[in-house]
Amino acid sequence: MDSIISIQGLSKTYKSGFEALKTVDLEINRGEILALLGPNGAGKTTLISTICGIISPSSGFVTVDGFDIISDFRKTRSMIGLVPQELTLGAFDTVWGTVRFSRGLFGAKRDDAYLEQLLKDLSLFDKKDSEIRALSGGMKRRVLIAKALSHQPKVLFLDEPTAGVDVELRKDMWKIVNKLRKQGVTIILTTHYIEEAEEIADRVGVISNGELLLVEKKDELMESLGKKQLLIDLKEPVKKIPSTLEKYDIELNEDGTQISYTYVVKDETADVSEVLHEITNSGLLLKDLKVEQSSLEDIFVDLVKEES
Amino acid sequence: MNLTAIKVIYFNEMLRFWKTLFQSVASPVISTALYFVVFGSAIGSRIENIEGVSYGLFIVPGLTMLSVLTQSISNASFGIFFPKFTGTIYELLSAPVSFYETLIGYVGAAATKSLILATIILATANLFVDLNIAHPFWMLGFLVLTCIAFSLFGFIIGLWADNFEKLQIIPLLIITPLVFLGGSFYSISMLPDLWQKVTLFNPVLYLVSGFRWSFFEVSDVSVGISLFMVFLFLAICIAIIAWMFRTGYKLKQ
Repeated sequence: MDSIISIQGLSKTYKSGFEALKTVDLEINRGEILALLGPNGAGKTTLISTICGIISPSSGFVTVDGFDIISDFRKTRSMIGLVPQELTLGAFDTVWGTVRFSRGLFGAKRDDAYLEQLLKDLSLFDKKDSEIRALSGGMKRRVLIAKALSHQPKVLFLDEPTAGVDVELRKDMWKIVNKLRKQGVTIILTTHYIEEAEEIADRVGVISNGELLLVEKKDELMESLGKKQLLIDLKEPVKKIPSTLEKYDIELNEDGTQISYTYVVKDETADVSEVLHEITNSGLLLKDLKVEQSSLEDIFVDLVKEES
Repeated sequence: MNLTAIKVIYFNEMLRFWKTLFQSVASPVISTALYFVVFGSAIGSRIENIEGVSYGLFIVPGLTMLSVLTQSISNASFGIFFPKFTGTIYELLSAPVSFYETLIGYVGAAATKSLILATIILATANLFVDLNIAHPFWMLGFLVLTCIAFSLFGFIIGLWADNFEKLQIIPLLIITPLVFLGGSFYSISMLPDLWQKVTLFNPVLYLVSGFRWSFFEVSDVSVGISLFMVFLFLAICIAIIAWMFRTGYKLKQ
């Protein structure tokens, strides 16, 4: 697939000696939504900030649409929009003023019609003459998004966009993200809300301790690392699992009314029908059964736990 | 060259000036008027003419320089310090803007403000004394170069400072004493020999002297040396800023 951002051997060690990124390699595909997951201090913001030019890399290369972020910084930066994690805005600027400032700063020609539509899409238009300090936290977040989109970027970075944001804004934000995706904008977001990544992302990358542990298509990740659990309710409670079933990963719940069999979906050796067959043969009487799939969150927690 | 960016930085900074126009203009006008009342009229009437120039008239260039120097530094340093303080600097750093374009935008705006202030101060002074400028072209030249040089210096302070104390300390502890001791309100010929020599190490002396020469054709040092010193100060500031740019000093991690 055609990649828009190519990261090769990128590392960053701060003056304090803290190694925030350890040799990261990553290809980001044109038009995809990539979610970067990782605990606090994992290096997500450092990675984004380096691509955007806020932090100088210690080593490695990054290209955006074929242009190097250092030697061709004008080209790369004018293609990128960034919504930072913190609500950093000039308190005395007006909404309209700050959005127009951003557009100009990124070298784009004045286009009031576009900015007007942008503010309307973000439900900011009626606040366009308000000073930033008079806005609520959610509104400020919208202003940051408007600023990032003011110059019609090809790539949008959203650093923890939904942290501390109410449901309505979150929904609006995903609506905008979907609209941008349709326009072919590549979106990279970091988030703590794993269900968001699960819902919206095409691919998921997991960062921990400055290392990119994996980048995979969300569906494949779920499939390859996802575990399923077969839950069987018993007609009559039992005290222990029959000995014929001990070779399987089967557990009995406390009151002896339910047994569960956990298996990895991709694992060839796991044979659900065989297990079911053995269970019936063992004389257990089945009342009901269901299958549960592990979420991205479980996968993420497992991965980071393994790493540490 | 990202001209659009320079333009928006410049006008954004100027906007800040217009928004606080009253404070920006009222304070220098009032302080100039006070200086004239106290030094020009009350005390000045008892002071002899200095090199043929009445004392009230003599202090006009020094008074203008005092405001230009302090205002250039405070405007430029505050202009770049504030985004660092609020965090909005992220946008500047992630924009397709070079350090020099940023510099032109901020320093250009700070210098323009100082120039406007100087004009207002001179106009105010003209209400108290009859101001005749002997060499208007030189006067303007000295003024513009000084505005730019000290706005560059202010920009350096703004980058260097990481708290409000640091932002204030250089203007308060270094610039104000240098201006007062640099012959703004007296001719150094009035000082004992030793102090005349010491004063020659004060860069502000050259600025005030050259500026005063363009008004009354009287100066403490020759106008050529004054001009040379202004350019030297400019060159030093640009060199420091070039170094800051190369190393990403205090801006980039």
